[in-house]
Amino acid sequence: MNWLLDHLDNLRESLARLARQPVASALNVVVIGIALSLPAGFYLGLGNLQTFSRQLSSDPQISIFMATDAGAADIAAVEQRLKSNAEIGRVEHITRDQAFARLKRSAGLADVLANLGRNPLPDAFVVTARNNDPAILEAMRDQALKWPKVEHVQLDAEWARRLDAALNVGRMLVTLLAVLLAVALVAVTFNTIRLQILTRRDEIEVSKLIGATNPFIRRPFLYFGALQGLAGGFAAWAIVSLAVLVLNIQLQDLTGLYGIAFKLEWPGFNDTMILLAFSALLGWLGAWLSVSRHLWLIEPQ
Amino acid sequence: MSAAETRGSMIQVSHISKRYAGGYEALRDVTFSVESGEMVFITGHSGAGKSTLLKLITAIERPTAGSVIINGQNVSAMKSGMIPFFRRNFGLIFQDHKLLFDRSVFENVALPLAITGFPRGEIAKRSRAALDKVGLLGREKARPIALSGGEQQRLCIARAIVNRPAILLADEPTGNLDTAYAEEIISMFKSFNQVGVTVVIATHDEDMIERLGPRILHLDHGRIAA
Repeated sequence: MNWLLDHLDNLRESLARLARQPVASALNVVVIGIALSLPAGFYLGLGNLQTFSRQLSSDPQISIFMATDAGAADIAAVEQRLKSNAEIGRVEHITRDQAFARLKRSAGLADVLANLGRNPLPDAFVVTARNNDPAILEAMRDQALKWPKVEHVQLDAEWARRLDAALNVGRMLVTLLAVLLAVALVAVTFNTIRLQILTRRDEIEVSKLIGATNPFIRRPFLYFGALQGLAGGFAAWAIVSLAVLVLNIQLQDLTGLYGIAFKLEWPGFNDTMILLAFSALLGWLGAWLSVSRHLWLIEPQ
Repeated sequence: MSAAETRGSMIQVSHISKRYAGGYEALRDVTFSVESGEMVFITGHSGAGKSTLLKLITAIERPTAGSVIINGQNVSAMKSGMIPFFRRNFGLIFQDHKLLFDRSVFENVALPLAITGFPRGEIAKRSRAALDKVGLLGREKARPIALSGGEQQRLCIARAIVNRPAILLADEPTGNLDTAYAEEIISMFKSFNQVGVTVVIATHDEDMIERLGPRILHLDHGRIAA
């Protein structure tokens, strides 16, 4: 019970310290907030892009084009092979005549095709795999390419996979950015606490002389560091949320022109909690390093 | 040294030397012991090593050679994690007071109790009792800066005794005080000693102690003089 009161005291004291220097505290919180909002914002943006790319590439389709000189027997053999493959859910055979008819119906091409005099299109199969796993789709493509009279195999989801790969690079960048800015947050807290220690040097010295343990001396500074970090985390959250709000207004116009429904998501509850916990932890760490360094410096030799 | 002798001694200093970086030797082969409940004065000119001796006793500094045993605990062999708890055996009165000027008189006295982790009610009770003993009960809300030199010294004493220490160590407690104040302070130390506290006082003010006729350890250039 007593230690709980002590901790509450420390918490109250730290809040009072933050409030006592509103400008300095606000500047620190803003610096931490901006530093954290960069990786947090990028992370959120990547998450949004990923959701978007998943939506588009949800159909794991493969198009298989036969050679134009393929005979009915070749086509039947390929269809047989596709239908017997357990990985494949649906097989649609588009004959060259069907394809030609479809193409004719497309505006503006009818005249061109009529002048051609013959059908240049091959038979084709549109295959839907049961699984979206790129490795399986690729294996299927390579396999189909080896069949006789198969001219070309195309993964329709390929561009989405490329986007996904690009997103992975982006994610790595966010991680690097997060690490760098985490170090910056620790440094900012370290320095704030260092300045505080300078003004409370006597108190630390006297406390040590009359029997205070190092954890006892560290505690108020740790609370302060964690609180400042937490406030910075809130600031980062506010910055990111505001950015989403503003960007969504602009995005509505843009996506409207392309006829896509796409809206940036707000930071989720879990992500927000992780952000706050992380920022508080980093503030705590910065304070710990700062006080420990000071205690080590004043340790008698 | 026999076991019987060891039992009664509170402070046992054997052959300690302290050499600072740069070669200055503050103490050379100092040996003495203080019995439990004794009152001892350490005298000597300034720079004779009085303050250094007190620092070695309280593990604020480490001796270059020799050993310090306090109440059966060997300070020289103590792990640094134990030192804070060890220091709580002492009431320390510093030459420069070391009061916290951004805290009230009450908070200054309460600090050792807060460090030890007493419950709040107990802290308030004991702090007031200590302030009462030194005659500062009416000033608990004041800031130390508003106190006179003598009052600041008494506040320092209140902070030293609030933890009911076994040993009271004072470094020049009457340093800047006029005779009337100094006598008052010394009589306070005598009263603490009468209730069983071991008291060690370092001073250069030889007039003051001559009248008391106590045990005196005289330091001369880092050595105990006969």
